[in-house]
Amino acid sequence: MKKEIRICGFGGQGIVLAGVILGEAASRAGFEAVQTQSYGPESRGGAARSEVVVSTEPIDYPRVSRADVLIALSQASYDSYVGEMAKDGTVVIDGDLVQAEGAAAVPFTTTAEKVGRKIVANMVMLGYLAALLDLVPQDVLEGTVMDNIPTGTEELNRRALQAGRELFGGGSHDES
Amino acid sequence: MTSPELMTRVLGSRRKFAQGDVACAYGAILGGCDFFAGYPITPATEVAEAMAALMPRLGHPVMQMEDEIASLSAVIGASWAGGRAMTATSGPGFSLMQEGIGYACMTEAPCVIVNVQRSGPSTGQPTEPAQGDMLQARWGTHGDHEIIALAPASVQECVDLTRLAFNLAEEYRNPVLVMTDGEVGHMREPIILPSADELELVSRRPPTTAPESYLPFAGGGDAAPEMAAFGTGYHTYVTGLTHDERGLPSTDDAAAHTALVERLVGKIRDHTDRLTRVEEDLQDGATVGIVSYGISARSAAGAVRIARSQGLRVSHLRLVGVFPFPEEAVQRFVEGMDRVIVPEMNLGQICHVVREAVEGSAAVERVGRIGGEIIRPEEIVRAVVDGGERV
Repeated sequence: MKKEIRICGFGGQGIVLAGVILGEAASRAGFEAVQTQSYGPESRGGAARSEVVVSTEPIDYPRVSRADVLIALSQASYDSYVGEMAKDGTVVIDGDLVQAEGAAAVPFTTTAEKVGRKIVANMVMLGYLAALLDLVPQDVLEGTVMDNIPTGTEELNRRALQAGRELFGGGSHDES
Repeated sequence: MTSPELMTRVLGSRRKFAQGDVACAYGAILGGCDFFAGYPITPATEVAEAMAALMPRLGHPVMQMEDEIASLSAVIGASWAGGRAMTATSGPGFSLMQEGIGYACMTEAPCVIVNVQRSGPSTGQPTEPAQGDMLQARWGTHGDHEIIALAPASVQECVDLTRLAFNLAEEYRNPVLVMTDGEVGHMREPIILPSADELELVSRRPPTTAPESYLPFAGGGDAAPEMAAFGTGYHTYVTGLTHDERGLPSTDDAAAHTALVERLVGKIRDHTDRLTRVEEDLQDGATVGIVSYGISARSAAGAVRIARSQGLRVSHLRLVGVFPFPEEAVQRFVEGMDRVIVPEMNLGQICHVVREAVEGSAAVERVGRIGGEIIRPEEIVRAVVDGGERV
């Protein structure tokens, strides 16, 4: 099993952190995992990309070649990467930010606003993505999130993660 | 020396999902590093950040200097004070450090320099990886000298090779370069830290004579000269000028200069065998080989996997240590081969050293890529099938 996941958008959207947490959680769950990133010199607003490769085998080339899952959080990143999908790959966009035909449009940003703060849109997205991939047990993912966020934001992030899971229709994905 | 208990407490869990730059900091600490000086620069800043977070808890100083010239100068000073010292930088800072590297070679100051290579020349593409400083690592400082340079290809190797760099620096009394890059430096992978109570630290040889007869720059047979720390009563004149065995300037004596520089070169070049670190993935009957290093070795390994799945026969040699260049290992590898391909993130650097080593016994071709994207395995497979650019 090998899954190549590409998350892309603007600097400041928390894309790198979401990829880091997914990679770390996959590693904790016993998979080989590597996370790479690419961003411009700006701290916010430039193009940003975070890639995670999860595999049951050792990973040589660390980057995504053909994405099994593309999460596009900006129009420019969608346009750049939609052509580099694996056969049967899944394209997910934030419907509030990107216009695209044939992609799953999910309201990460507006859901984050409803949860409490727009800044946790990345955690909504991560909850959704983890449910879509169905590789990492929920408690492992949540534990990894908790270890990677500032203290005092645990509840907000937990709610965001849960909201993302529900956006995927994850009520049935509960841990047994 | 830090106690293993304290080190274990500060480093935390031995299993981590860590970034390459941070892993260099772990490796340094496990290598006994007790002094760090640096100046922030993308994509090496996280090395300094991690050192700043960890070192004070071990009781060791971290200094942010005014620039990279000062950073390496501070490191050389700390080394002469008996420290195991490191700095970390990237292209523009590495350029500024060249004179200091020569000074460290000439004064035989053990030290470690991490270069998280980024796309140049000049300020170039600060956030993008490259392997464009490889020949600068070898020849960037002026004058005859030898250098030891290691090239991590994974986050785990950032730990292991940075740690090793300290031991090599001490053993050979020479600067050791850890030539990582922005991709490995910013990549995150699972790592396992070696246990702090099982570390074997190699240290410079302390003086064995009274201060009056101490010769800090005399060849010690097979080994680097003895080295006393400042403040221990062994008065030492440390200079970048050509010096005699006591360290006193001797700039108009051709024989003294020749003896000194030949010894500085020989103490490393003559031990190339012992310093050779390569990893081979050989296939019987392969007439095409790949010689790789650093991040491009990951692309090469992917290429080998794809090529063999298509029924192609190809062997792979990864240079873990790039300098002193493992000439004999490369020569053995290319025996019976028609072509050898060198993938690297530049417009042709180590491929020239490979060509020199194989002396026409195989055609040398390169696969290069600049601009920030690492080489795709398919590009190397294409070169295996159709040939790369002839060097």
